[in-house]
Amino acid sequence: MNIRKRIPLIDQHDKNGFWGGKFGGSFIPETLKKPIEDLEILFSKLRKDKKFIKERDRYFKNWVGAPTRFIKLNNLSNHLGGAQIWAKVVSDANGGAHKIYNATVHCLMAKKSGKKYIVGDTGAGYAGKMLSMAAKKFGLKCKIFMGAKDIKRQKPNCDAMRKNGAEIVPVYSGSQTLVDAVSECMRYWVSNCNTTAMCVGSTVGPNIFVKICGWSTAQISRELKIQIKNKFKKIPNKIKLINCVGGGSSAYGFWSEFIDFPKNQVELVGVEAGGPKNSKLHAAPLSRGAKLGVLHGAMAYCCQDSQGQIKETESISAGLDYPGVSPMHCFLKDTKRARYTFATDEEALRAYKLVTKLEKINPSLEPSHAFAEAIKIAPKLSKDTIVIINSCGDAKKDRDILKKKLRKIK
Amino acid sequence: MNSEINIAFKNARAEKRPALLTYIVAGDYNKEKTLEILKSISNNIDICELGFPHNTPIADGGQIQTSAYRAINNGIKIKDVFEIVKKFKKFNQKKPVILMGYYNMIFQYGENKFILECKKSGVNGLIVVDLPWPENKNFSKKCKKKSIDYVQLVSPTTSLKRMKRIIKDSHNMIYYISMLSTTGGKLKVSSKEILRNYQKIKIFSKKKNCVIGFGITEKNISTLKSADGLVVGSAICKEISRSLEKRQNPVTNVANIVKRLKKKIV
Repeated sequence: MNIRKRIPLIDQHDKNGFWGGKFGGSFIPETLKKPIEDLEILFSKLRKDKKFIKERDRYFKNWVGAPTRFIKLNNLSNHLGGAQIWAKVVSDANGGAHKIYNATVHCLMAKKSGKKYIVGDTGAGYAGKMLSMAAKKFGLKCKIFMGAKDIKRQKPNCDAMRKNGAEIVPVYSGSQTLVDAVSECMRYWVSNCNTTAMCVGSTVGPNIFVKICGWSTAQISRELKIQIKNKFKKIPNKIKLINCVGGGSSAYGFWSEFIDFPKNQVELVGVEAGGPKNSKLHAAPLSRGAKLGVLHGAMAYCCQDSQGQIKETESISAGLDYPGVSPMHCFLKDTKRARYTFATDEEALRAYKLVTKLEKINPSLEPSHAFAEAIKIAPKLSKDTIVIINSCGDAKKDRDILKKKLRKIK
Repeated sequence: MNSEINIAFKNARAEKRPALLTYIVAGDYNKEKTLEILKSISNNIDICELGFPHNTPIADGGQIQTSAYRAINNGIKIKDVFEIVKKFKKFNQKKPVILMGYYNMIFQYGENKFILECKKSGVNGLIVVDLPWPENKNFSKKCKKKSIDYVQLVSPTTSLKRMKRIIKDSHNMIYYISMLSTTGGKLKVSSKEILRNYQKIKIFSKKKNCVIGFGITEKNISTLKSADGLVVGSAICKEISRSLEKRQNPVTNVANIVKRLKKKIV
């Protein structure tokens, strides 16, 4: 299993849609074969269309707000006393998270295909909020599927979705979190695929959705590469790109331009949700040795029992609380290009506390997992090591949880 | 090739009626009751479809989801599903059984081992909802080698070109999904239109048996009776849920609903 150079990772799958011969594919009901094939044709056409790219870039620049900041966290660096800590503040993007890129592209594509409705899933509520924003912007009617448990814990984002005119469909089946929201959204699409476009909120799902999402979030690393060159004159010799991984859309977007670099120059570190410290449940299929399985149309490492039933997960971060992960991250793991680890709920909270005390950024619970890893490793690293964290979401949505939990964290 | 599935269709055809196929979830509402239900309906049906439940069923509507969760909560395992089939086959050797479910369950069990267990317990056919053609080419070949029918699905979104190729690779039975819907949705297209699509399949495959499923209930089953076979699933799962809620005996209630379904198609 090898990664090829100079080819975007999203295109490194075989003709059946598998990365490394075994991750990904399209395990879908017959009814979805046609709409997915249509989407594949549309996407391969549009990504070559200069006018479309221009349109996308115009919206990214003027509406999403590109580029997002790349800043040095001086206080945190000094406090930890090791590597230089930098952040790519992707939460600057319109709406407060990276999910806006994928949502914008899906809505643009839906417009091109003449669809008037768009549906999507959401965990933390960011994918849903952004989709509702983009849908409003492009005049599409929007439905968001969201687990009932997540609706409770991510209220601010739900308010935003409703304000944008989207209908939130609460999902009561199973664990009432993201995994069930994605299932329900797919079911809805099975029934309405002739009139409705579907946006999968991360680099998961059938092959084409992994590709579209990765293609969209890659904006992050295109910006970052330029910003790094501007700051350091070249790509420095020791960089670590640390990103949280749920489905893996922000991590892929953060890394895509750097995958070709040797790994001793640019190390890619993915941080999954380890769940509460003493709990057996987690949402870390890559770093805690989950088996390969099919979830939501793709073959990937997945938290499941010996029978193949998908396991419940647990994480303080709704956006990472998902039993599966992108097939591209499975590929990056097995080729050893990226290293995956996890942070517990407590570690993420402590990281949040420290970062917000020292710096003027407000990372949500998802990137707080990435900060936790940075805090762990930075003191041991040399001064010339550049650690960059993708601060991919804003903590406004976590207001209620943070208020409750921070009191208990020392 | 005279598989038991083929014989079942032939027998129904001889009686000038469509074959009646019913779907229940193995382990709903427990192992013993599943077997009792199968036994109690076996005289009125031609083929049993038995679901092996999965907790992330992306193509199932509420009724079958409820049944599947009930079964999983009761601790049903794949080995129990085979056990149920084995026991049922002891009771009625000739009645074909088709297992239906999602690919991850088969993948975790191991494709070859799964097929072997199917063979051992007397399973006649397989439907795997999320393993469409051409992704199922290898697996369906393996099934054929062991004379297990892999049932290909065709939907209203399937193009003619694709349909032809699916039919070419199909075994004895093809399953036409009546409409764009998960299982158990309200029938939102007319029976006429469903039958028109069904006829397209029949033109390419005169010799193969084609069944129609999704959204079929007591109310509409008679309007589709010109098909080779009709599948009723959600309506039966719903009856089990309803019976449990009303503290009635699901076994007799399901037996009764199946009797009524049969009457409507003869």
